[in-house]
This record gives sequence, structure tokens and C-alpha cells, in this order.
Amino acid sequence: MAISISGLRKRFGQTDVLRGLELEITKGELVALLGPSGSGKTTLLKIIAGLEWPDTGRLEVDGENWLELAAQDRRIGFVFQHYALFPHMSVRDNLAFGLTVRPRAQRPGKAVIAAKVQELLHFLQITHLADRFPGQLSGGQRQRVALGRALAIEPKLLLLDEPFGALDAAIRRDLRRWLRGVHEATGSTTIFVTHDQEEAFELADRVVVMGEGRIEQIGHADTIHDHPASPFVARFMGATVELPVTLQAGRPEAAGLDLQALARRALPDGPATLFVRPEDIRPVPDSAAPWRIESRMSNGAHLRLVLRHATGAEAEADIPRRAVQAEALAPGASVRLRVEAGAIFPAERQGTAATTVSQPILKLESSK
Amino acid sequence: MTIANPIHLPGQSRMGARVLIGVAIVLSILFIAAPLVFIFVRAFARGWEVYLANILHPMTLHAIWLTTITALIVVPLNVGFGIAAAWAVAKHRFPGRGLLVTMIEIPYSISPIIAGICYLLLYGRQGLLGPWLQANDLQVMFALPGIVLVTMFVTAPFVAREVLPLMQAQGTEQEQAAVTLGANGWQIFRRVTLPNIRWALLYGAVLCTARAVGEFGGVSVVSGNIRGQTNTLPLHVELLFNDLNAVGAFAAASTLTLIAILALFLKAALEGRR
Repeated sequence: MAISISGLRKRFGQTDVLRGLELEITKGELVALLGPSGSGKTTLLKIIAGLEWPDTGRLEVDGENWLELAAQDRRIGFVFQHYALFPHMSVRDNLAFGLTVRPRAQRPGKAVIAAKVQELLHFLQITHLADRFPGQLSGGQRQRVALGRALAIEPKLLLLDEPFGALDAAIRRDLRRWLRGVHEATGSTTIFVTHDQEEAFELADRVVVMGEGRIEQIGHADTIHDHPASPFVARFMGATVELPVTLQAGRPEAAGLDLQALARRALPDGPATLFVRPEDIRPVPDSAAPWRIESRMSNGAHLRLVLRHATGAEAEADIPRRAVQAEALAPGASVRLRVEAGAIFPAERQGTAATTVSQPILKLESSK
Repeated sequence: MTIANPIHLPGQSRMGARVLIGVAIVLSILFIAAPLVFIFVRAFARGWEVYLANILHPMTLHAIWLTTITALIVVPLNVGFGIAAAWAVAKHRFPGRGLLVTMIEIPYSISPIIAGICYLLLYGRQGLLGPWLQANDLQVMFALPGIVLVTMFVTAPFVAREVLPLMQAQGTEQEQAAVTLGANGWQIFRRVTLPNIRWALLYGAVLCTARAVGEFGGVSVVSGNIRGQTNTLPLHVELLFNDLNAVGAFAAASTLTLIAILALFLKAALEGRR
């Protein structure tokens, strides 16, 4: 199913939930909608499912206008974060539900449905759970049943809302790999919503990053990681340290910062903000530099240093605990900061994310 | 009333607990158990034959029949109303939703007599709709329709109040899941919504039945107490008592008591499953 979305807008009361979305998804693709809560990703998914309706905009699937089609007739599989299994039905009956509610003329015979359910149980590796009730299953098992129930109607499109959000980390990793397998086996176009970057990047062919009702960036894991399209994406991707710099002939400069590792980019001269991940900052002892180490904490593998500039600005750096220079980096020491990688956005552009989407981005080149 | 799991308190207050439990038991016997037993003692005071004769008296039989008919009409209607109201409030957002919740609870706080008088003022001969009803030859007051209307009013909240919290707790995700699986409105209601509330629904229906059968105040205003015509069982008990036919009154009362006890047992059995 090829999906084409344009000009999609939605308001809930005073809040703009979707502020004009454009998105194309090709047949057989596995796409992640990634964003913090309140970014509109679940609303978008529910609009595609027919559980919500946009105020304006178009939603076409294989050329057909889906906004004229009720959810019942879209033939999608929808998987809820909290499973939404029918608690009074056995696993078997849950799986069969979608087939048994078909209009009499299209409904398969009892034996056909039973065979289909058996096949699904086998495919999902939950044959032993067939006669249990949802209340007797673990979270991971329930999620498998929920997915199986959605797959039973042979959906043309599979939609998953935070499918692993309520599960613990180990089961989540298992199910992620398993879902990838299911996607490859069924070949159906799949869209899932998540706020977990790792999950989005590991599982999806393409990731759509959303923030405050807009699509901030669409791309593959590496591109989004290394070349965030906006300050929003940079922050969301973990570049939590924001350093004011001055651009001169495409080079960022600031007192106490060593920015040699950053490539030159075509940006206008003037004030700008450098977005850096704590692990891309290397403090180097330098008695003349304006940064001081305020505190240092260990989490075992890494040391987290909190750094304070003479002007009061704060930054954080993560360094391997066993690194050679770690010993010299005690609280109170003066340091200059070597930045290995970062993204720069002109200062005045900050906050108006949509206009910066197509702006060139300075980035990277790790020297080590 | 179970007194399992005694809490182990330090010596002195354990004594206090015993006193409190003792007081509770004595009061329960005095105010609840004793009157119940007394009803049956008085009903059988002159033996089985007299008891049976009293129950089988045409006027008593008619009262039993009238009360049964009223309950048979009222309970299904209120089950329907309760489901519809709870469903509207729990699964939808619309203007006036808060008002509807309040309206559902009004019968809890209004004395049934007031309800009866309101219906009398509305449907009675001198009432607002009286002339129109008379012109169309419709008898509402002092007849079965009036009894049914007042009983419905008094018992309206019972099913809705039991079902509503459950529906609210369950939210709408299961219904949404059913929609995406292709189910139509009726299939969703019958196969997803209804099974989820079935025990609460039954529980509400039992409470509603008990109340409908026992309703006295409101019905006494609108029924007119015509023996053999508009006399429900509770009204009949009062009439017999006023006639100084104590054995007859207690015999009739014993049937009401049996219904109440049965309802209590059903309620207790359902409570665990709700």
C-alpha cells in the first residue's frame, strides 16, 4: 500500500496537534514515527487508521481517498500500546474475531477460520497459549496475540502504536527482532509509533521525526544522527549541550572551545548555536581556559563531567572512565573543550524549526 | 459481615476490639435479624394452613401479580436506560454530559413521595397533562402506567450507576480495536461492550428489582390503593395491617422478605465476579 499524505491538519480545542503534514510511504516499507509525547505521532497514526479525522488535508492509499472510508472498511491491522485484547475471549477467539465479524457473504466457514487461527498461532509461536485468556498472559505474550489478531484479517497496512512501550527492555529487544521478521514474512506496509530512538533506528527502513505537530526530518538512522535538520532534531537526538559560537567564513569560533574537528560549511557570518552530544566533548586541561570542572560522577563505564564557563554557561561531557586523561580531570581543574562533532544553526533561526529544514548543516568528521 | 483476619493489637486495645465487635453483633441482631425472624414468626403464628390461605387470598395474589408485572416492565426498561446512559457518558464527549450524570443521580436524593406528587401534578386529573390525557381516554394515575412510571423513576439510577464506573475504567480501546478489525456497531456492542459489563449489569438489575418490588412511598401517592386493582404488595401489607389482620399482613410481608433475601444472596454471589 502506497500512502500519500498532504496538508494534514488537526486541532483539539485550542491545541494544534498536526500543523500541515506531507508524507509519502511506499509499498512494503517499514516506517517509524519518532517523537516526544505531544508531537502528534499517535494522532497521525489514528488518522491513517480511521480512528481520528483530520480537519483538513488529504490521505490517499493506492490512489483511493481514505478520508471517505470508514475504519471498518480500510482493512488495516492496528496494534495498541496496551494491547486492547478482549478479556472475555480466549486467545483463539481473539485471533478469530476479525474473521467472524465479516458480513455473512464474505465470512469464511468455521473450519477455514479455525485453520487460519491455527496457522497464526504457529506463526506467532504461541500455539501453547491458544486456550488461555488475556489475563493469564505476560505482557510480551499479550503483544504477540494483539499483533496476531491484527494480522488475522490479512491487513493491507499494519499500524502499531508504541507497540513495545509497556514492556521491559529484554522482551522489547526480542519482540523488535521478531516484528522485523514478521514484517519481512508478510511484506505488508508497516508504520509504528515510538518515542525510543534506538527502537526506531534498529527496526525501521525510514524514520520520520516529529515535533509539535510537524515533520522535522525524514531519513535513515545515520543521516538523522549526523545531520539533524533542525535544532529540535539535534536536541531530540541527544545533542543536549548548546554552545554559543560566532561564525566567520563558515568556521565557528568561541573562547575556550577547540572546534578544529568541525568542517567548514556555507553559513552566513554571525552568531550561531552549536549543538553537541556530551560524548563528543573532550575536556583538555588548560590553565588559561575559561571552563572549569564543577563536578564529576561515574556510572561505571563513563564519567560525566559538569563544566561551568566563567560567564555561568553550563555544559556536560561524557568520557570513558579508563581514558588516560581522566585522572587530570578533577573538579576545580580549568579546561578547554575540544568538540569532535556537532551541528550548527544560525542563532536567529533557532525555534522556527520548519524554516530550517532545508538549511545546510555543519557536521562531523570525527578525528578519532 | 465477616470477622475473619482479626487484627493483632497490643493487649488493651484487643479488649476494645472485642467490645466493639460484640456491640456490632448485638446491634445487628437487634435491628436486622430479629425483625426478619419476627415477620416469619408472626406469619406462621396460626399455622401453615392460615398462612397459605392468606397468601392465596385473591387480593394478596393480585397484589403479588401487580408487583411482579411492574417489576417485569420496569427492570428491563431500566436495564436498557442504564446501558444507554452509561455508554453515552463513558464512551462519548458531548455538551451536557456532566448534566446527564447529575440527572441520573437525582432519584437517589429525592424522596419517592415527592416523585409521586410530581407525577400526580403532571398526569393527574387536575394536572398539567390531565385534560389532554382525559380527552384521549388515557388513564395514567391510579392505574398501572402511573405505578410503572413512579417505580421507573425511583429505580432509574441503579443499573446506570453500576455500569458507568466500569465502562469508564475500560475506556474505548477495545471498541476501537474491534472497529479496525471490521466489526459494525451492533457487533461491537454485543461481542465486546456487553460481555465486559455483564456482571455489573446483572448486579445492577438485581438491585433494581429489589427496589422496584419494595417501592412504597411514591407508588402510594399515584396508585390510589384500589384493592384488587392498583394495590401493590407493599401497599397491600399496609392495608392488611390497618385492617388489624396482622397474620395476613405478615404473610404478605414474608413474600416480600423472601424476595429481598433472594436478591441479597444474588448480590453477594455477583459481587465477587463484578
